[in-house]
Amino acid sequence: MLGDYSLTDLSSIFVMQGFAGLILFSVYTLMALGLAIIFGQMGVINMAHGEFMILGAYMTYLCSGFFQTHLPALFPAYFFVAMALAFLASGALGMLVEWALIRHLYKRPLDTLLATWGLSLILQQAYRTIFGPREVGVELPAWLIGSVQVTDTIEIPINGMFVMAVTLLITAGVALLMYRSRFGAQVRAVVQNRPMAGAVGIDTEKVDRLTFGLGCGIAGIAGSAFTMVGSTGPTSGQLYIVDTFLIVVFGGAASLLGTIASAFSISQTQSTLEFFLSGSTAKVITLLSVVGILMLRPQGLFTLKVRR
Amino acid sequence: MLQTAPTSSAVPPIQAGVEPMLAIRDLHAAYGQSEVLHGLDIAVAPGEIVAVMGRNGMGKTTLMKTLMGIVPVKSGSIRVDGVEVGGLKSHQRVARGLAYVPQGRMIFSAMTVQENIETGLTVTNERRVPGELYEMFPVLLEMKGRRGGNLSGGQQQQLAIARALASRPKVLLLDEPTEGIQPSIIREMGRTLKAIRDAGGLSIVVSEQVLSFALDVADRVLVIENGAIVHEAARAEIDEAQVARFLSV
Repeated sequence: MLGDYSLTDLSSIFVMQGFAGLILFSVYTLMALGLAIIFGQMGVINMAHGEFMILGAYMTYLCSGFFQTHLPALFPAYFFVAMALAFLASGALGMLVEWALIRHLYKRPLDTLLATWGLSLILQQAYRTIFGPREVGVELPAWLIGSVQVTDTIEIPINGMFVMAVTLLITAGVALLMYRSRFGAQVRAVVQNRPMAGAVGIDTEKVDRLTFGLGCGIAGIAGSAFTMVGSTGPTSGQLYIVDTFLIVVFGGAASLLGTIASAFSISQTQSTLEFFLSGSTAKVITLLSVVGILMLRPQGLFTLKVRR
Repeated sequence: MLQTAPTSSAVPPIQAGVEPMLAIRDLHAAYGQSEVLHGLDIAVAPGEIVAVMGRNGMGKTTLMKTLMGIVPVKSGSIRVDGVEVGGLKSHQRVARGLAYVPQGRMIFSAMTVQENIETGLTVTNERRVPGELYEMFPVLLEMKGRRGGNLSGGQQQQLAIARALASRPKVLLLDEPTEGIQPSIIREMGRTLKAIRDAGGLSIVVSEQVLSFALDVADRVLVIENGAIVHEAARAEIDEAQVARFLSV
């Protein structure tokens, strides 16, 4: 398996596959961050999370088309507008869904699973009706295309670095929001004990709605970033939802750091193995090791040590 | 002189001319179809400490939860400083001046001590924990970076009281604050409660099973049985033996 490559080739392969893994890691992290808030913090199993992501991707697609035809001068900068729009659109839809559906089901987690599964089918069909069944791609501005030649054999794509920078920013922003702001403290109080949070003066319904909206909005940004590495179709979200849940559970449900660590280990294993074996064999090995580790550590990689 | 107030009596006797800070009238509350509180009338004067005593299952915790909006009011009225709060959500009641220290303390265990107190600031829009809270509970200042769940029971109780006081309440509700706390700290807590009352002039309603603690802190003692007030006495004229009979199993 490894015998056909020379040592320099091998190290280049590892670097480039490692980098491909880092891009996958970034998209996984963005998707898992939203889910870590909704599932890890609020305990809501949101099967439609992938569709919120795809909404962000479609917003980016629309934005790219709009800028190309109406504002070609600003086209190089459209991606930033697209990400903001993706966040707002997915966040707004998330808050609507929380108000109409989720808030009635906080005490019935299994019903939430079914309801959001239904929602995901509805959204898929809506995308199919509005945008058509064919996958769409996004036109990238010139400065995001191409790659940086590091050595003779190592090339690093620019859009990949951009996705990583975005991920870093969003992750830092979410960490600050959750652990340094008053809103974050209120979110954590509500998820730990909803009636008691109300009894110390926190408007729990408002916090729930904003939290759910935030998680969905981050999924929208993930979708926006996702357009750079893959094409967007009505069912693309389905491909990622299982992986995303896997990451959140593997990382330890209530820990942001755990989510990041588990996204890193899963995506790196996946992409390095994919080069040498077939994609499905790589997936099997990844899943088997995750299952094995979860049997030894059912609480996930990272947990808080406190008396309950 | 003992007065055994019948359940149907109007407003219980308090000093004439003083508007009650907390006025509960004909309060009924139920879990689904099973009614637990059958028409309570309680009035608490400004700066008064009232102890609600009774055995387990007699409705003390339900009364507290109903006052806080965790259990819905079926009928009747709850007024705080003249404002009706019976139909409001919990957080709106906190904004109107109610604060709650629940049974079992219910602090946010994964959050730090400081963050726990800060959650109580939500309705006041203050940014910083008032210094007098840390003066009152110096141990909390020492531990402010620790997670709430890693504190001892007595420290958690102080934290729960500090969190409730952070919202600058007019009426403080404490549900069995002595449960699971060692005797030396119980005496300390009695002093603290009186100090809070003397400093802030707020009214305190405390539910209790420990008679000695109630006699230590309360200006007036009520006994609740099967969801109704069956006995009431000011501290000066209380008959310990009779109250103890209500509490014995």
